[in-house]
Amino acid sequence: MTTSVEEVLARAIEKLSQARDLSQLEQLRVEYLGKKGVFTLEMKTLGKLPADRRPVVGQVINSARKSFQTELDSRKVSLQQSLLEKRLASETIDVTLPGRNKRTGGLHPVTSTLRRISRIFSTVGFETVEGPEIEDDYHNFEALNIPEHHPARAMHDTFYFDKHTLLRTHTSPVQVRVMEKQPPPLKVIAPGRVYRCDSDLTHTPMFHQVEGFLVDTDVSFTDLKGVLYEFLSAFFEKDMRLRFRPSYFPFTEPSAEVDIECVMCGGEGCRVCSQSGWLEVLGCGMIHPQVFKFVNIDNEKFTGFAFGMGVERLAMLRYGINDLRLFFDNDLRFLKQFN
Amino acid sequence: MRISEAWLRESVNPDIKTPELVDQLTMAGLEVDGVDPVAGDFDGIVVGEVLEVKPHPNADRLSVCQVAIGVDKPLQIVCGAPNVHEGMRAPTALIGAILPGNFRIKNSKLRGEESFGMLCSQKELGLSEDAEGLMELPGDAPVGNNIRDYLKLDDSIIDIDLTPNRADCLSVEGVAREVAVLNRLDWKVPGLKETVVSHRQTLPVRVEAPEACPRYLGRLIQGVDPIAKTPIWMKERLRRSGLRSLGPLIDVTNYVLLELGQPLHAFDYSKIDGEIVVRYAYEQEKLLLLNDQEITLDSDMLVIADKSRALALAGIMGGSSSAVSNDTQEIFLECAFFSPTSIMGKSRRYGLHTDSSHRFERGVDPELQRRAIERATGLIVSIAGGRAGPIVEAKDASTLPQRQPIPLRAERAEKVLGVAFNDVEIEDIFQRMGMCVEGKEGLWSVTPPSFRFDISIEADLIEELGRIYGYDKLPRSHLLMHAELGKDSEKKLSLDRLKDVLVDRDYQEAITFSFGDENLLTKLAPEYKPIPIENPISSGLSMMRTNLWAGLLLAAQWNMNHQQERIRFFESGLVFLKDNDEIQQKKRIAGLVTGAVSAEQWSDKPRLVDFYDIKADLESVLDLTKQDFSISPAKHPALHPGQTAQVLSNGGEHVGWFGMLHPGLQKELGFENPVFLFELDCQGILDRRLPAFKACSKFPWVRRDLAVIVAESVSAGNLVDTISDIKNNTLCEILIFDVYRGEGVESGKKSVALGLILQNDEATLTEQKIDAIVSKVLNRLTDKLGAKLRD
Repeated sequence: MTTSVEEVLARAIEKLSQARDLSQLEQLRVEYLGKKGVFTLEMKTLGKLPADRRPVVGQVINSARKSFQTELDSRKVSLQQSLLEKRLASETIDVTLPGRNKRTGGLHPVTSTLRRISRIFSTVGFETVEGPEIEDDYHNFEALNIPEHHPARAMHDTFYFDKHTLLRTHTSPVQVRVMEKQPPPLKVIAPGRVYRCDSDLTHTPMFHQVEGFLVDTDVSFTDLKGVLYEFLSAFFEKDMRLRFRPSYFPFTEPSAEVDIECVMCGGEGCRVCSQSGWLEVLGCGMIHPQVFKFVNIDNEKFTGFAFGMGVERLAMLRYGINDLRLFFDNDLRFLKQFN
Repeated sequence: MRISEAWLRESVNPDIKTPELVDQLTMAGLEVDGVDPVAGDFDGIVVGEVLEVKPHPNADRLSVCQVAIGVDKPLQIVCGAPNVHEGMRAPTALIGAILPGNFRIKNSKLRGEESFGMLCSQKELGLSEDAEGLMELPGDAPVGNNIRDYLKLDDSIIDIDLTPNRADCLSVEGVAREVAVLNRLDWKVPGLKETVVSHRQTLPVRVEAPEACPRYLGRLIQGVDPIAKTPIWMKERLRRSGLRSLGPLIDVTNYVLLELGQPLHAFDYSKIDGEIVVRYAYEQEKLLLLNDQEITLDSDMLVIADKSRALALAGIMGGSSSAVSNDTQEIFLECAFFSPTSIMGKSRRYGLHTDSSHRFERGVDPELQRRAIERATGLIVSIAGGRAGPIVEAKDASTLPQRQPIPLRAERAEKVLGVAFNDVEIEDIFQRMGMCVEGKEGLWSVTPPSFRFDISIEADLIEELGRIYGYDKLPRSHLLMHAELGKDSEKKLSLDRLKDVLVDRDYQEAITFSFGDENLLTKLAPEYKPIPIENPISSGLSMMRTNLWAGLLLAAQWNMNHQQERIRFFESGLVFLKDNDEIQQKKRIAGLVTGAVSAEQWSDKPRLVDFYDIKADLESVLDLTKQDFSISPAKHPALHPGQTAQVLSNGGEHVGWFGMLHPGLQKELGFENPVFLFELDCQGILDRRLPAFKACSKFPWVRRDLAVIVAESVSAGNLVDTISDIKNNTLCEILIFDVYRGEGVESGKKSVALGLILQNDEATLTEQKIDAIVSKVLNRLTDKLGAKLRD
């Protein structure tokens, strides 16, 4: 009898190992463990045995049944596993195909440069203010100490609508407009479009400037030097060597032009810097007493500095763009490089 | 302004090399634009004398010359220049000489005749751009001398870009003064000698406009040699400053202008009728200028006239009728001070910009005239002979600028510059600049010299202090400032945020010119007449934009022409509208989309963009505001009449347009695919509603779908609006999930499927309640819009 159970188990296990899928396994389970299964029926024969034999035989059958069950379970797991593997294998895709609906929009490099400039100054509380682009003569020139016929006007190549109305030639009129309305202390950045009646390889009739100014009770030229050094170093993300050259703007005094060490050649001298090793990037100075007078700010109590820079120029240096006119062609192949 | 370094160093010669000198000037605010050699790089060229010129036996245009070079026997040189003649002295390149461009002279045979060198033109030596034959040297040029030594060519031209305030430096002397100050040296004043007066004849001078001409000096010089030649040294200096030699009389006036900064004018005395009058022009008075331009004068133009007519435009340009010529023997030499305001703007009015007007409108030293006229007289007499008469001076002391003492406080200088100077330093700097410094202990009275007419207030002095001390030597400091926390309004949207949404939705920002073409602007916004620019750069850029579409369409067109088919642009900026003579500058944001809805891709079927794509973009922008906008069908002349919508604010104000570009315009502008546009007024969309919290319901939501058949004329908007007042605590959202036309729906009608989302804050909805709401919706739609439930 005992041998027979062992033989049954051996055959059953043999069958399990040959089962190819879960339904075959289920059939085997029914065949051996079902109500009419082999092991179930064997158990039922126990009653016919003498009482002293029953426990022994019972144990043998039970143990065979358990072995079968264990083998069945393990077979099931392994079949499930291979099934999953098969499915996964069938679901493999080409991950190198391009993704769907990629969005590649972006800001114009002038805008991103402007934003960056505003952001750097906003860290110390400079507020961004805008002004009108069609300006009057008073704000664009007169109140900036550039009276009619002043030779500095000739340098501005102004677009006119009539004798008193023009397209602003710089963002400096925003300085006047803010000071007219708000009392010091003032910390302002004024970005925007400006216009000059000039169009050639290195000039476009429209371009962008950022004007910045600060008015307080104790502001000096050395502060201006400090702020511009910090700004330019932040903008170019390196410790910049600067040069402050005396210059002339009717609305600042002292006035200076600021050169940076050429970012292309590191000051060695190249085509971009005309071999000088320096690049002019902005104009600045201490706000002229006459300008304060026009806006009724006490020139004895307050001092202030102002600076103005060309945004395209800074963007060109930052990204190595070699042609100003590219900014306004709006060629997608150009624009997308800055996204 | 271009000046010769050697000329400058004749006045003041600091012990520094050219690069340092140039750097010094630049760092003192006299920006040097460039340093150029005065001649090309060459060697081995000497003064040669042409002894004999014979025609070339085999070539009509060539001559065979014998040229003496001082040593050995004369050289045979074949020459092609038409101006070669016997007795001429000309630069002669010897065998082995190297000309600019590393061109080596070898002996050669030209059409059978041997040539042992080359006679040179100015161009070949890099002295000038034009090459009209050989360079003719004076008859006394020492034969055999190296040309570099003879012409003193080891010199540089320094090109200084002067700011308008530093007219005092528009001369060699002016720059020399500056160099002297920077190097603590003295400068040499040229031509201090007074001319011997050798006759008593004068021409009366009458100044009718003393405010415009506070000082006028003149003198007669008789017996000038009409065939005198300008000496080579003067010609060379003029050339180095970019001026051509025009005969000794004009050359001398130009030379003194360069040397001292004082413009002078020489009249042919024989052409002057009786006297000199400095007056304003008569209305409609005409004057033929030296450049052969005839101008009609305005009555605010200052002229130099005689008894009968205007002779010259004061301080700007002489007239043709009284100009010196090749046979002038008697001249009236004018040297005046015209006030800047009398000249400013005048030369530009006539498109005349001269060396003289450039200086007078910026300012000339009002005390310089006597020295300048003496200097010019001395030079004329020494070059062209002649006898000088006495100087006649008309002067009006009351209008002549006077330098006033200016108070200067050390404390103010420190406040502005940020550095405390000691008193000795301050006094030293101003004294070096030739200023008279009085007072002490931090409070001075400083009087600038007459040539520093740019200095009139304390700030001017402080600037000079910083400049001479050196901006670069001033330290930089960390800003100490009053700080206040910034404002950060949640009720205002920033334009940047709006732009970011568009960027995230695959738009590329464009920046187009604010001016454009009238025709296109008007087509896109016929309700506005664009504001014209008086002096546009071109007709295509002559009108201020009244909408942003024109620029975007042109940008899109440009890209189409560069093989781009899928274009998604936006731009923000001002448009300029004229309303009853009042100019309005409104900020707008606009977009343009054309081509495929998304970039070509391997798995999705390509689809062209349509109205609802751009509407979603627009809605994404509007949603940022958390405000309610309504979108309704509308007509716009530039847009497709059936695919145009208008955006209105909650208060009913127009905020913007969007839709399909009118197919007519699409065709006209050459777009292959439909173009969709939007434009919004920024003012209307930058206000944001502050979010107000509402508790979320704890109970589940249910959805009931309802398909209704309505007439085509009933819009989705109508449907939603009709039942929107039922929308309350329970009916919280209405979706439109299908629109169907075709089989099963009679023509002229459509089936619209609505999804009603129902949820209550207080309880789970019962079937009864749900049914009640659904039938209320259906009844409303039936009553108001004739809707029928679709079977």
